[in-house]
Amino acid sequence: MPDSNLTSLFAPASSSAEQRDDRPSGRTVDVLDALDDQLDEAPRRSAHLGVDLSDAGARAGAWRAVGSESPRLFDGQRLQELVATAQRGVLDFALFDDSFSLQPTRNTTLRGRLDAALVASRLAPRSAGIGLVATVDTTHTEPFHVSKAIATIDHVSAGRAAWQVGWSTTEAGAALFGRKDAQATADAVAEAEEAIEVVSRLWDSWEDDAEIRDVASGRFVDRDKLHYVDYDGVRFAVKGPSITPRSPQAQPPVVVRGDSAEALALAGRRADVVRVRATTLDGARALRDQVRAAAAEAGRNPDDLRVLVDVYAVIGQDRASAQARLDLLEGLEGITWDTGSLTHVGTARDLAEVVEEWFDAGAADGFTIRPSSLRTDLDALVDDVVPLLQEAGVFRSAYPGSTLRDTLGLARPANRYAAAIA
Amino acid sequence: MTNPTPASTARSRDGRPRKQIHLGAHFPGVNNTTVWSDPASRSQIDFSSFEYLARRAEEAKLDFFFLAEGLRLREHKGQIHDLDVVGRPDTLPVLAALAAVTDRLGLAGTVNTTFNEPYELARQFASLDILSGGRAAWNLVTSPDAFTGANFRRGGFLPYEERYERAGELVALARQLWDSWDDDAVDTEDGLVRPGGVRPVAHHGKHFEVSGRFETPRGPQGHPVLFQAGDSADGRDFAAATADVVFSAHSAFEDGQAFYADVKSRLAAHGRDRDSLKILPATVVVLGDTAEEAAERAREIRLQQVPGRTAIAFLEQVWGRDLTAYDPEGPLPDVEPDLEHLSITRGRVRHISDPGPVVRGWREKAAANGWSIRDLVIEVSGRGGFVGTAQQVADDIDRHVQEDASDGFILVPHLTPAGLDDVFDQVVPLLQERGSFRTEYTGTTLREHLGLERPEAGTVPAPAGDTVAAGAISSARPS
Repeated sequence: MPDSNLTSLFAPASSSAEQRDDRPSGRTVDVLDALDDQLDEAPRRSAHLGVDLSDAGARAGAWRAVGSESPRLFDGQRLQELVATAQRGVLDFALFDDSFSLQPTRNTTLRGRLDAALVASRLAPRSAGIGLVATVDTTHTEPFHVSKAIATIDHVSAGRAAWQVGWSTTEAGAALFGRKDAQATADAVAEAEEAIEVVSRLWDSWEDDAEIRDVASGRFVDRDKLHYVDYDGVRFAVKGPSITPRSPQAQPPVVVRGDSAEALALAGRRADVVRVRATTLDGARALRDQVRAAAAEAGRNPDDLRVLVDVYAVIGQDRASAQARLDLLEGLEGITWDTGSLTHVGTARDLAEVVEEWFDAGAADGFTIRPSSLRTDLDALVDDVVPLLQEAGVFRSAYPGSTLRDTLGLARPANRYAAAIA
Repeated sequence: MTNPTPASTARSRDGRPRKQIHLGAHFPGVNNTTVWSDPASRSQIDFSSFEYLARRAEEAKLDFFFLAEGLRLREHKGQIHDLDVVGRPDTLPVLAALAAVTDRLGLAGTVNTTFNEPYELARQFASLDILSGGRAAWNLVTSPDAFTGANFRRGGFLPYEERYERAGELVALARQLWDSWDDDAVDTEDGLVRPGGVRPVAHHGKHFEVSGRFETPRGPQGHPVLFQAGDSADGRDFAAATADVVFSAHSAFEDGQAFYADVKSRLAAHGRDRDSLKILPATVVVLGDTAEEAAERAREIRLQQVPGRTAIAFLEQVWGRDLTAYDPEGPLPDVEPDLEHLSITRGRVRHISDPGPVVRGWREKAAANGWSIRDLVIEVSGRGGFVGTAQQVADDIDRHVQEDASDGFILVPHLTPAGLDDVFDQVVPLLQERGSFRTEYTGTTLREHLGLERPEAGTVPAPAGDTVAAGAISSARPS
């Protein structure tokens, strides 16, 4: 492992990204840490850790390797147990991927998938603290439906919903709807951006105190506090207001996967959480700088973005056993794993060190962990990796508030329509 | 209300086995049936309200919970209507969340077909069916109006007369998608999909072009239970061809019997058994320790439901003009309806094409009875329902079912969320004592509760575009 302290010291001082706090970090400054504790100063900012709970795991072969669990792959109770584990680890969020067309992989391991928004909502009443990120498409769906679905998950979860913006560029996806041809990435991303604009307007279309229940005047709402969004864009027009009142977080965090130049630019303008793929610390830092610069250019405060690197994780007692498990999964799939992002095959301690190093170096605000096999790697993450990170002072030991925005350190936004009137 | 009929044997009067009553609990809607001014009224948005009603309904062994949908806030005289409850959450996520806090209760929701595509609807309901262990039901409605369409990409794209055929094609296609996975498509040993276990779908119809592979396994019910609320002759035929449950407006006894006989008689033409379609009218229940007390309570609730401003707004819908200068406690307006502005209220179900006869009839009634505007509206906008002691109401409900005026009821409370508590506590036990209502769930799926067959994959004919049976599908009621 490179020396994390050195990496931190050599981080470019010009970027505010690295100025998370005003002291050096790493394991060589334990004395200072102890002193800080005594002085009861503000704790170090926590890294952000989400977990991708889609399907059986990041590896197609995990579908087959789950053994006795395979009949339960779609069982709500199983998902609930996984979320409870993630919550025990004080993770920021559990994420559910989605798309309309799943093609069989080479060895015909056809997988099934449930609607991610409904999965997230199913998990909301029996969880607390942990955020629930649902992927919802923008290419083939209605922004009005997206807005009320995510707002409703936010109501049901008392402020723990987030929306990962999906779009589709495949012929297969287009053929399932039959309304338009497959779109190029730039076009699909532009459409997604319109959808984000409409959805965020609809989320503000009710002011927080619109419901008045004024018996004296007989009025249930103050209609001056309900707003038409009157969106008239290139691809659609939406009148509003939403059918659903403003939710606990007001604007549930918008998550964007920055896996193309267009998507990274979109993320800079629109995202609260950006997921990036990077295989090296420097590569991650460059992406983070890029998306933060895009945010600044769009007139946003770059510190309002959380840039998380995807980490594919195979965690074992030692490196050999992790590698053996990967070999097993690859054997089941008949292909070699090429993730395009940070791939960790090793021990919990190794992974904790990588997280700490990249976080301290300003290469990432955190990580989205993609367990190779859900239960095995999630257990290892929560039981082994998280305690090491807490010990090292780079990860929280309790949720700071009740909403996902609280956990991410993002303020609840003011209402654009209320502000316009005031 | 009708007189109670003594019936406490295992068989009804004509010797047939005692029919089992089916009951649904309707979450309060956004029309003036729901009284929000009462101190006992709670949030229509907080999940705790939904959870409360669902848990109480499940304790009472009801068949299902029912949630309606909204896609545009109602407007009156060009402004958002502010006198009734405004705002609600999204139907399907609420039902998915309720699946986490209930085990047996059916979860039925209205989802409009007009502003959704068949692939996503099929996928959402299959997902809900799986996440709830086989408890999903879909109340299928359409609304082709441009007012609602203004919130959607395609606007009011659908000609009124085509909404029925589009819905028919959509249902048939959804069933084809659900059936494209065999029940045992996923091998439970190795998690692999059996060769041939999932078949691609290719549909080329008048309204839809869909091809590809469905990605959600077949749910425990095969197909979610399909509700339909059509009332015209076409709507009844559509229900007879397609639906599992009719959400009916015919709750009065004789009217109910006529509707029941008519719809059931249409089943044979579609090769369906008489019991394969359940007819469940929406109804309200008001209880008292005596019949007089119940009647007095019913009157008080009606006064709460129709405050003065609501009465005026109700008349304005028919008159098509501003009537705020009139005293709701005074006589009916002397001005005539404005035929140019009959769409003064938008986003609701009822529309009157010719107000002339309606206004004449109301004036005659009001004059004959000495009614004020508010008295009249209380009378003409009432839903009827069961009013009496718990014993009287239980007798009456059972009589409706045993004598084929319905197969049960969808109970609509006036208070959120505890408005059905007295029905659960007082009426349901009496129905159970009579042997007309379950004391325990005997199945796990809503189809089992309702006594409906589980459809086998491959038994539904493929949709044939414009040859699919078309019928009237109206919006859900009560709202």
